[in-house]
Parts: sequence; C-alpha cells; structure tokens
Amino acid sequence: MHKDTIATIRQNLASGQYSSTELCQHLLERIAAHKDINAFIEVNAEHALDAAGKADERRAAGAAEPLLGVPIAHKDIFCTRGVRTTCGSRMLENFVPPYNATVVDKLNAAGSVSLGKTNMDEFAMGSSNENSYFGAVANPWDTSRVPGGSSGGSAAAVAARLVPATTGTDTGGSIRQPAAFCGITGIKPTYGRVSRYGMIAFASSLDQGGAMATTAEDCALLLDSMAGFDENDSTSIDQPVDDYSGELNNSVKGLKIGLPKQYFGSDLSAAIADTLQQAIAELTKLGATFIDIDLQNQHLAVPAYYVVAPAECSSNLSRFDGVRYGHRCADPVDLEDLYKRSRAEGFGREVKRRILIGTYALSAGYYDAYYIKAQKIRNLISQDFTKAFAQVDMILGPTTPTPAFKLNENTSDPVAMYLNDIFTIPANLAGLPGISVPCGLVDNLPVGLQLVGNYFKEAQLLNVAHQFQQVTDWHTKMPASIT
Amino acid sequence: MAVDAKVVAQIAHLARLHIDENLVTEYASEMTRVLALAEAMDDVDTDNVEPMAHPTHAVQRLREDAVKETGQRDAFQAIAPAVEGGHYLVPQVIE
Repeated sequence: MHKDTIATIRQNLASGQYSSTELCQHLLERIAAHKDINAFIEVNAEHALDAAGKADERRAAGAAEPLLGVPIAHKDIFCTRGVRTTCGSRMLENFVPPYNATVVDKLNAAGSVSLGKTNMDEFAMGSSNENSYFGAVANPWDTSRVPGGSSGGSAAAVAARLVPATTGTDTGGSIRQPAAFCGITGIKPTYGRVSRYGMIAFASSLDQGGAMATTAEDCALLLDSMAGFDENDSTSIDQPVDDYSGELNNSVKGLKIGLPKQYFGSDLSAAIADTLQQAIAELTKLGATFIDIDLQNQHLAVPAYYVVAPAECSSNLSRFDGVRYGHRCADPVDLEDLYKRSRAEGFGREVKRRILIGTYALSAGYYDAYYIKAQKIRNLISQDFTKAFAQVDMILGPTTPTPAFKLNENTSDPVAMYLNDIFTIPANLAGLPGISVPCGLVDNLPVGLQLVGNYFKEAQLLNVAHQFQQVTDWHTKMPASIT
Repeated sequence: MAVDAKVVAQIAHLARLHIDENLVTEYASEMTRVLALAEAMDDVDTDNVEPMAHPTHAVQRLREDAVKETGQRDAFQAIAPAVEGGHYLVPQVIE
C-alpha cells in the first residue's frame, strides 16, 4: 500500500480496503526501516497514529473531508504547534512553535495525518540538502547522490515511498529541483497563492509553499486544500482558488507552449535535451503546439537572485538574536556578544555566507549598485515573461541542467552550486507558477521537465502535467531498491 | 569588487555575526566570487527601468483597526532562553 497514490488511498480508505491506522502504521515502519536516507528530522509515531485513529473514527461516523486519513509529511520549515520545528538549523534545534502555519491548519482541516517533519537545507538555503544541521539526505535512486534541495527530505520521502505526498517551499527552485532529482512531481504556485504564515521566512518576496507527490493528480489534491487567501499573510492574494483536481481532465488540444531558446542552450545536458524532445513529441500528439520564444534576460536571473535572496535573508534572519527563542550562547559577556556568538553558533556555513552577502548588498553605498539594480533586472525578466504569455499559454523547459550530482561534488564552490537553479529561478523572480514533472531517466537517474504558467494558472499546469502522465509512465518509475 | 578581510569584519559586525579569525579569508574570497556573479548585471542599461517591488504588483492591504489576537505572552515566553516576570532577560545594558 506504500505505492498507492493519494487518489488510490482515498478510494481504498472509503471502501475499507485498509484503514488510515493500518496505512500510517505501515508507512511509519517504512520510515524507520529507511533511516539511512535521513529524509525526516522528526517522526512522531504516537501523534500520527492518534490522528489516524481519529480519522478512522470520523470516517466511520460519516465524515468525508477530502484528505481524511491521508498520510502526508511537512517540510520542517512549517511551524507545527507542539511539534519541534527546526528549519534544518541548530538555531532552532529545540524550537517548539506555539502555533501552526496556515498550511498545516488547512491540511489538518482537510483531514490529513502528518507523519512527521522532513529534512531540508538550513533555512531553505541550498540545492542539495547538504546544508542541514541534521545531516545530508541521500537520493533514494542512488544514495551516493544528493536529492536536491532545499526540500530534499520531502522529495526523497516521496521517492522512497515513505509517504505519498509532502509539503515543500520554493524560493529559487526548492520544490521543482528536488522533485526532478528524485523522479517525482512538484508544483510551486504563484507567489501569494499559498499562505506564508508560519512558514519560516527566507526571502519573503520569493518564498512560496507548494506540493510534492508522485503524480500531478496528487499535487492537485493537496493544493486544493492548501491554496487560498489568508489574512495573516500580508502578501496573500485575495482571489478565488481554481478547482485544481476538477480541471485535470481538460483537453490539451490547441494549447500553445513556448520553448525559450535560452533553456535549450549549452547549459543543458544533451541527454536531458533528448528527454525533453520526447516529451514535446508526446504533448504534440495530445494536440499541443510549440512556438519558439525569446526570454532574453534569463541569463541575468541567477545574478539578480543571488543579490535579492541574500539581501532578504539577511533582513529576515536578523530576528534570530538569542533573546526570544532559538539558540543562545553560553555565558555572554554583554549584549553584543550574546547576539554575535548566538548567531555564529546557531547558523551554518551557507546561511552565514548569505547573511554576509546580503548585509553587504544592503549596506550604505552599495544598496543602489546591488539591491536596486537586481530589482530592476527582476523587472526586465518579468517583462520577458509577460511578452511571452501574450503569445503562448505556458512555457516548457528543463527543470535542471543535469541529473542529481554526487554528495560533496559541489560543496567547495558556492557559485557552481548556485548554477543548479539556473532554470528554476526565473519563475521565482517573476512570481510565476511552475511545475516539475518526471520525463525520463538519464544513466538511471530521473530528470524533470518544467512547465511555467502565467499568474494563477496552476490548474492549467496541473492539467497538462496530468494529461502527460496519462500517456507516459515516468512518474511511476521507482528506485530499484523500492519493492 | 574584491572583498578583503577588513570588509568581512565590518559586514560581520553589521550583521551581528561572530566570524572565526581563521575563516575570514575564505569568506572574503567566497563573497568576492558571488559578487562577481552579480556584476553580470552591470552590462545592462536599466536607467529607465523601475525596480520591481512585488511580483504581481499588489499593494499593501489594510485591515480594520480592531483587536483580534488575544495575549499569548506565556506561550511565547515558554520557549525563550531566559525570562523573568514577563520580561526577556539579556546581559546588563545600562550600568
């Protein structure tokens, strides 16, 4: 039953094939047996089984919430009341939030059962999950390789069939890139579509929560319950949410898809380019047409991102001061020492690096040259997309330039690591929705195609991804070790 | 723009972040490399481009000025490193 999708689980729970308690018990045993992947920071079996038991009782009494009794897991960036929330950092090693993130509340209200909290790069800063204070996560397809990041634990847990779906967050590709590396489906909605309340902030103008699962259909089922306006998030968008699962079966016929020439250049491995050509052929058979487009400022996305994201990170992370919550150093001699040593001990290397870069970019004399310049470039990148969407319904390209790389392969060079997100960052800078869908295997490692839609076109992205998954079976492929 | 050890020290102070002496040079070289990446933006004329403030150009939403949240001081202070009588404790600031 660990291979069942949420769509199947819902049917099986409804028909009584198995109970939520039986399913959760089975998955908890699998999680314990796959500790070597290190996908979870916290597993709360007692809490999960209690919730599953209640879900079973509620079902027996006639309740039928959309995800009633369905096991999921939350990225450890989402605050969970009474359950430790670390954000992958020593700073929050013992942090037990007094409140739930809105996403957690909404998924609880939909009836889901959380099995635990998934591993991640510290404060979501990373593309390999090697920056977690709680250790690296192994890619279930090849445990000598990274699962991607920052939602690496969420992706690895789904790929290893430890849980059917997980929440993730995406600031520069942190849902889509690990989804591609682990052979699963992951959607980053439009900026503001999913509430950021209780989602620990990294770069507030880019951060967006989303869903990760084996299929687009399951992502739709999760997003149906996650999306929506939240008055507790000042950047939440107050407009109706589409019926994501209801639009999955729309026809793709007549859909116009743009192929940016910048996404098919020398940055892309030839083998991934081949898988994309096959995907394009499949979508053509379904009735989509393809148009070459020009996103001329794409090469500036990584440079702009590595100014904007560190700048916002340095500002957001100033809240960790050793005073109100989080790590505090021992025996501070004065207040400055308290701040400086608590932060030095609590934050890891990559987080410190980004705080320094961001502080530099925002400091007197450099603000215009770096931050304002990057925000102007961001506008140009956004305008490229606006022009493209006058011509096409969505844009197709690779999610990543290569399949999953080896652990420790890119840790010595931050810039090499940053370039992994070359194809995912543009959608974050423009605030657009994007989805990564498995589209092939290269050297027995999964790779993903990325679809980027216009604002609030999540339903269309999920629809096209679902239709693609009706005629291909890449999303059903599993690591050889999974039986 | 090359970042040297002195700049790292200044910036680390602004960020209230203690940096180990033996890592200052490494941070300087990493910062230099990341900032060099950002220099690609210098080739683009952006004189007539507005800086982007919000992806969907939303404006700040205002809410009614009404009391909604109830006091949660005890819950929040239960997770603080040091509190006393409802106050957060820090090393003495005023002699």
